[in-house]
Amino acid sequence: MENAKTLIYDGSFNGFLTAIFVAFEERAQIADIQKNRSGQNGLFSETETVFTNIEKAKRVWNGIQKKNHNAVKKIYFAYLSETRGVELLLYRYIRKLFANFSTYSDFSDGIVLKISQLAKSVGREKHRMEAFVRFQLTQDEIYFANIEPDFDVLPLISKHFRSRYADQQWLIYDVKRDYGIFYDLERVEIVSLDLNEIYSNSIHQSDRLLVDEHNYQDLWNNYFKSTTIRSRINRKLHTQHVPKRYWKYLSEKREAV
Amino acid sequence: MSFERIKEKLNILADAAKYDVSCSSSGSKRTNTDNKLGDSSGMGICHSYTEDGRCVSLLKILMTNYCIFDCAYCVTRKSNDIKRAAFKIQEVVDLTINFYRRNYIEGLFLSSGIFKSPDYTMERLIAVAKKLRTEENFNGYIHLKSIPGASDELMWEAGLYADRLSVNIEVPTISGLKLLAPEKKHDDFTRPMLKVKNEIVRHKEEKKVIKSTPKYAPAGQSTQMIIGATGESDKDIMYSATHYYKNYNMKRVYYSGYVPVADDSRLPPIGSQVPMLRENRLYQTDWLLRFYGFGVGEILNKEHPNLDIDVDPKLSWALRNLHLFPVDINMADKAMLARVPGIGMKSVHKIVNARRFRKLNWNHLKNIGIALNRAKYFILCDSSHWEHRDWEAAKIKGRILQNSTGKFRKEYSSQLSLFN
Ligand code: SF4
Repeated sequence: MENAKTLIYDGSFNGFLTAIFVAFEERAQIADIQKNRSGQNGLFSETETVFTNIEKAKRVWNGIQKKNHNAVKKIYFAYLSETRGVELLLYRYIRKLFANFSTYSDFSDGIVLKISQLAKSVGREKHRMEAFVRFQLTQDEIYFANIEPDFDVLPLISKHFRSRYADQQWLIYDVKRDYGIFYDLERVEIVSLDLNEIYSNSIHQSDRLLVDEHNYQDLWNNYFKSTTIRSRINRKLHTQHVPKRYWKYLSEKREAV
Repeated sequence: MSFERIKEKLNILADAAKYDVSCSSSGSKRTNTDNKLGDSSGMGICHSYTEDGRCVSLLKILMTNYCIFDCAYCVTRKSNDIKRAAFKIQEVVDLTINFYRRNYIEGLFLSSGIFKSPDYTMERLIAVAKKLRTEENFNGYIHLKSIPGASDELMWEAGLYADRLSVNIEVPTISGLKLLAPEKKHDDFTRPMLKVKNEIVRHKEEKKVIKSTPKYAPAGQSTQMIIGATGESDKDIMYSATHYYKNYNMKRVYYSGYVPVADDSRLPPIGSQVPMLRENRLYQTDWLLRFYGFGVGEILNKEHPNLDIDVDPKLSWALRNLHLFPVDINMADKAMLARVPGIGMKSVHKIVNARRFRKLNWNHLKNIGIALNRAKYFILCDSSHWEHRDWEAAKIKGRILQNSTGKFRKEYSSQLSLFN
């Protein structure tokens, strides 16, 4: 492991791509690629801080995209899994791709398979968030939702909500990562808020929400109950589809207060 | 509006609509242009699941549960002593829009008991859809359940606003229909279907020439059959389904295990078990027919009029056709790979890709995600280890069942997503 380097980047996706660029450019042995705060430097490797450079990041991105559109998507999805060590795994994956792009579909290869699986998990959660976001209408006419996904999927769901709710203002806020996306009827922006109340869908009345908001949540909660066929209840299947960790923000899973 | 009153209506009219199992909201292409509300161009989304495990993607309600008819299998039948209610057109519109804006639903599934006449009822369903499209600029999904016996003109109009239309045939055989719904004629169901099918074809043709031709039921039509209310066999059911797929271009046929709702000597008594496993087997068969290249006669025929309850239909077919196995994973064509028990379509795709790089062995197959506990009796791969001995079908079946008890239990779901 001598002379192996650990690259430190700023935690952004562009920063990560820049690190990939640097790794290729220097042809160095790479021990690890880490976000600057995770601070788990290998004992014997030297570290190098990489400064995000959009040009370099773009070259890596375009280089892969030109060859294989799906691979680039997989890389981004797997990256957003925030799994420990995913950066190094992706570096190896990208190296494989550059050596031979058809390895993309070689599912008998451990790294290819692993990246595929990570991307798939993130894809699944993206899909779930598109389903489980529950907007609440605030006094200032913004449809507002809190979420707490396992993976960092906000960047992936923005387009979906943008095209679906083009005529209403909405804000989806990731409580865990403390940032949100806000659509102001023209564009989607990244925002960071001082939240002193987490708006889990507890169906309680809040001054910040419209009065009817409470009523609609109550209607939805009731609707949900009336559609269940008692003689077919299958709780196991139910929680498999709607894992308990999401319940906190689902108005249909709450009792009215 | 009075939320208390709406709530009461919603409870009654959602409760009555819940036996309709159709929930799909995919297959439409209504993209949002000019910053309006809604988009149904993607795959449908299940926004929640009921406690019985069914997907909730649409606001599924009846316009009313008054009905002039008395079909034995139906909660809404006139002889049933229940609370009745009816929504106003605007109430349904408001509910749909407000639920949609909060991301609860993909759209509306609207059905109805028949008050006054089929046409009068159909007109009201259409009025809701029309309002949603033209006044609210709503691009979400709309599924209207056509009323049996509604006129051709109304079917034509409905298709202009709805993404999907359906008429539930409910009872898979004509004799069963005579028994349980004597006031209805088979033709009441098939005539609207035929009209819709022809309109879809006509609009597609016109669209080729005139770009501005409006969309007509872009997600096609579907139908539903109740399973286990009369004594029909699985063969009757699947042949009937195949007939509707073929002759009416159905997008989906749904199978709904009969939930006893009436004390009636013609029907299974209240409290009898819903045939969920049977229903599941029918969905699996349907899946094999639509995506795996099987013909219905291969799975169900004179000798085998009913599906196996203890194993899935693909395994059952393979056990009856052992002479076609073992299949060499590294050589076989896609169609044959798809017929191996334990190998799903996704795995077929992965195998075909991966074997270009190297010969695949057990380990590769396991990593790809094949259910080896079943597949191993039917395949060869790059390994000297040989599982396919000259076992008899009964022996293979026994071994598979022995090793997978828990797994087969898990399949008691009507909405099956994991199918190998
Ligand atoms: S006509 Fe329809 S709603 Fe009326 S009883 Fe028959 S099935 Fe039920």
